[in-house]
Amino acid sequence: MKSRNNSKESSNEAFAYTPGLKVKNNMIVVKERKLPIKGDVLVKKGENVSYDTIVAKTQLSGDPYIVSISDILGLEPRETKDFMKKKKGDFVNKDEALAVYSAFFGLMKKSATSPITGTFEEFSDITGQCVVRGEQIPIEIRAYIPGKIIKVIPGEGVEVECNGALLQGIFGLGGETHGKIKISTKKENEVLTPDLITKEDKDCILVGGSYVPLETVKKAIEIGVKGIITGGILSQDLKELMGEEVGVAITGQEEIGITLIITEGFGSMNMSQKAFNLLKHFEGHITSINGATQIRAGVIRPEIIIPHEEPSSEDSKLKELMGGMMIGTSVRIISDPYFGAIGKVSSLPVELEKIETESEVRILGVVLEDGKQVTVPRANVEIIEE
Amino acid sequence: MALIKSKEDMEYILATDVGSTTTKARFFTKKSGEWRFLVAGEAPTTVEAPFEDVTLGVRNAVREVEELIGHHILSEDGSGIVIPYNGKIGVDIYCTTSSAGGGLQMMVAGVLKSMTADSANRAALGAGGIVMDIISVDDERRNYQKIQRIRALRPDMILLAGGTDGGTTTHVMEISELIKASEPKPRLGVTYQLPLIYAGNKDLHHQIQKLFEKDFALTIVDNIRPVLEIENSEPARRAIHDLFMEHVMSHAPGYNKLMKWTDVPIMPTPAGEGMAMQLIANSFKKNVLGVGLGGATTNVYSVIDDRFVRSVSANLGMSYSICNVMKEAGIKNIMRWLPFKLEEKYVTERLMNKMIRPTTIPQTLENLIVEHAVAREALRLGLLHHKSIATRLKGVRVQRTIGDLFEQELEETYIKMMNIDIIAGTGGLLSHAPRRIQSMFVLIDAFQPEGVTWMFQDSVFMMPHLGVLSTVHRDAAWNIFDKDCLIRLGTVIAPFGTGKIGELVMTVELEMPNGEKTKEEMHFGDIKQIKLPERQEAKAIITPNRGFDGGSGDGHKVEKTVIGGIVGVVLDARGRPLYQPQDDDERKKLLLKWFKAIELYPEDKLSEMG
Repeated sequence: MKSRNNSKESSNEAFAYTPGLKVKNNMIVVKERKLPIKGDVLVKKGENVSYDTIVAKTQLSGDPYIVSISDILGLEPRETKDFMKKKKGDFVNKDEALAVYSAFFGLMKKSATSPITGTFEEFSDITGQCVVRGEQIPIEIRAYIPGKIIKVIPGEGVEVECNGALLQGIFGLGGETHGKIKISTKKENEVLTPDLITKEDKDCILVGGSYVPLETVKKAIEIGVKGIITGGILSQDLKELMGEEVGVAITGQEEIGITLIITEGFGSMNMSQKAFNLLKHFEGHITSINGATQIRAGVIRPEIIIPHEEPSSEDSKLKELMGGMMIGTSVRIISDPYFGAIGKVSSLPVELEKIETESEVRILGVVLEDGKQVTVPRANVEIIEE
Repeated sequence: MALIKSKEDMEYILATDVGSTTTKARFFTKKSGEWRFLVAGEAPTTVEAPFEDVTLGVRNAVREVEELIGHHILSEDGSGIVIPYNGKIGVDIYCTTSSAGGGLQMMVAGVLKSMTADSANRAALGAGGIVMDIISVDDERRNYQKIQRIRALRPDMILLAGGTDGGTTTHVMEISELIKASEPKPRLGVTYQLPLIYAGNKDLHHQIQKLFEKDFALTIVDNIRPVLEIENSEPARRAIHDLFMEHVMSHAPGYNKLMKWTDVPIMPTPAGEGMAMQLIANSFKKNVLGVGLGGATTNVYSVIDDRFVRSVSANLGMSYSICNVMKEAGIKNIMRWLPFKLEEKYVTERLMNKMIRPTTIPQTLENLIVEHAVAREALRLGLLHHKSIATRLKGVRVQRTIGDLFEQELEETYIKMMNIDIIAGTGGLLSHAPRRIQSMFVLIDAFQPEGVTWMFQDSVFMMPHLGVLSTVHRDAAWNIFDKDCLIRLGTVIAPFGTGKIGELVMTVELEMPNGEKTKEEMHFGDIKQIKLPERQEAKAIITPNRGFDGGSGDGHKVEKTVIGGIVGVVLDARGRPLYQPQDDDERKKLLLKWFKAIELYPEDKLSEMG
């Protein structure tokens, strides 16, 4: 099930300038866990839950199978109903007769049988077809993060709250899982090569630096690694992993045997130092991750939630970037020609300025980490929340 | 809808478009008896959590308008927009379009995919819907596959057609029973009934009512194909709009409130855009091909001999869907528009990074040219899709069984570029192109107009606003449209045919407004720009060489009026279909020559890259 980050501190963020992906080491994380259709909530408000606690469940009606009875019996639809052996609501076994037609004193006999075990639902004397519905499909929703139930939405689901660190990725594959964080590269700019993972990494969430090559992902799947978090992935590797080119970034349902989260983008891209350091700080902790990504109509970014009980320091208390960016705000450039560069805002001219393309846009000045002064469109930076 | 004030007494109009990411407010006023666009305000759309109330975004966009002009529009108690203008505060009309939350997502169904299902598809698209899938008896999927698909879809609405009046009933019921058995669930909310419109064989109204009334919000309208030769999409289209308001909009966060702010029915954004395209066709009495090239979708509209058709390519766009353009067109087709050497891998990853950070804009000229290359392919594919929908119908009864009951003789599309008089474009990339000639050139390369074609463009994105406004105040809408929205880019003259580089294609004589005459000989592979200011016209006598057709047949002389514009008149002798050499170096050289001939990009930078 896809779920959106619903942290308490996110109010009014849409009014900030391009908000950066979250890298928070201490916050209250709230996750809404809802069924796709109405069902039963199994926990109570105030109850403590773990990663795998089933918080709600329901039954999805089974798949319907259509049987063209009249065609099979060679009768007109209106004649067929006289030969039906089952009525609405009857249980039927696979291959059991639904209708039998016999003529010439039983010398000619035809029967229409059920393709599945299920319930006889409907016969139509207009079309001569009937519906047999398969067994109900159970749907269970797990807590996903350990914590306390703070809200019960009757018949639909719950909200779970925990204290923890939260990081957002930019793109991911695969759904929800959890495992122990293991830092696999020494630095944020190192490639996560296959030799850096071993059998001991089974069930872990590995953290790599600049990118993860396909052969590493394959080896990780073989070993039973639960997830990989890294800076980038090469387009060709992603294509091979998914079996096709990415068209529209709506992911999370892939069954590739692992959850993959990239934090920066496509190509070889060093993981942001802040994200790398934070993950390093929590090495050995159990983390819940979800690769589900949706770029349009309700943005969903991949997430890494690390529940912990560390007290929050004054510095890490939540600050909202309500006023947008100011001189001195830390930003990351998210487009060419300075893609990935980090710096501080040095000027915020009000007037539109002409850039190389001749477009007149709102720009800002940035002093990069190496001291270089550059000018970029405001649309091409994201704020690094501090 | 009754307007509160008489049109003569009105002074201010406000229109908004609640887009999936941005809410755009446009403010219009009457100056010396003439309606004009005054100012624009924009703010992020607030349909998603944590806000979940679209009126917040509308309020913010309107507040920006208020600040810019110092005129109060919003009521002080926060109850909405003051209507009518009371001498101090308010506007006389407020109307809005919406595509927030993914627009109107529809599933359509019919008996035969090339007949009733196709008609249902056209009706849904014409009403501004995004068609997620078309289910028909003969769509080559097994029943269980159709069922699985329907169960996975979660549409906002279903349009069900099938059978002519007095025609097949069994197959209509077959597809109806299949839909019922699938138990489709609505996308928004788990508690409300999914709207279903039945526009099929009228003989089945009773049975359809019985089948669906318990589990669906059923609406029955006149048959979309009462007889084979007629497509009657208007009742279905009206029902879609009504249900869009009653069911879909009312379940989207904050829309109940927004609906109270305006007396004009909220319209899906593409429907507003489509009305604007029809406004162009009606006002100029010409055939129009229009396009809205957005971040997520490409909408193509045609009005040919008064027949309006819209297509939406839901996953062809310049930001969210940019990778899908690459996937569908193929990277090589994008690379063919680049006049310099870049590695495919590099372009691929750049586009993928744009997809995941869709709000970024090109900072370098190289990036801009790459985006323009993608735009050409998105438009080309969008037009191909449109042509597959804009087809003429003929049904011929030949046999009795369903497989062979009707032989649907589909003529090829009736969209012939030679018959298109006007091409009009809207959308971020086209409206924000640094040089207007860039958007004109992108449109020309993608659509490849033939003969003489006038080229228009939306100035700042306001076609949807004016489309919905035209439903209540056509004169105001048209005046603003004509004066402030519709930018005349100019005219392109491009004969159909192909030849060898350097071969004579046509001679064009232009009689300019001041009486001055110019004569140009155009050779194959050449392109030329002639200045002719906006709102001026010139007479053009085009004499194509043998093997080329300017609109009157092979080698025949054509006399037409050409309009001026920001670009002027473009004489295009690059061939139709457009000639592009197979050899990579030759192709780049020729592309660079074209770009320089019409000053498409800053020449110094272009030379550095070439």
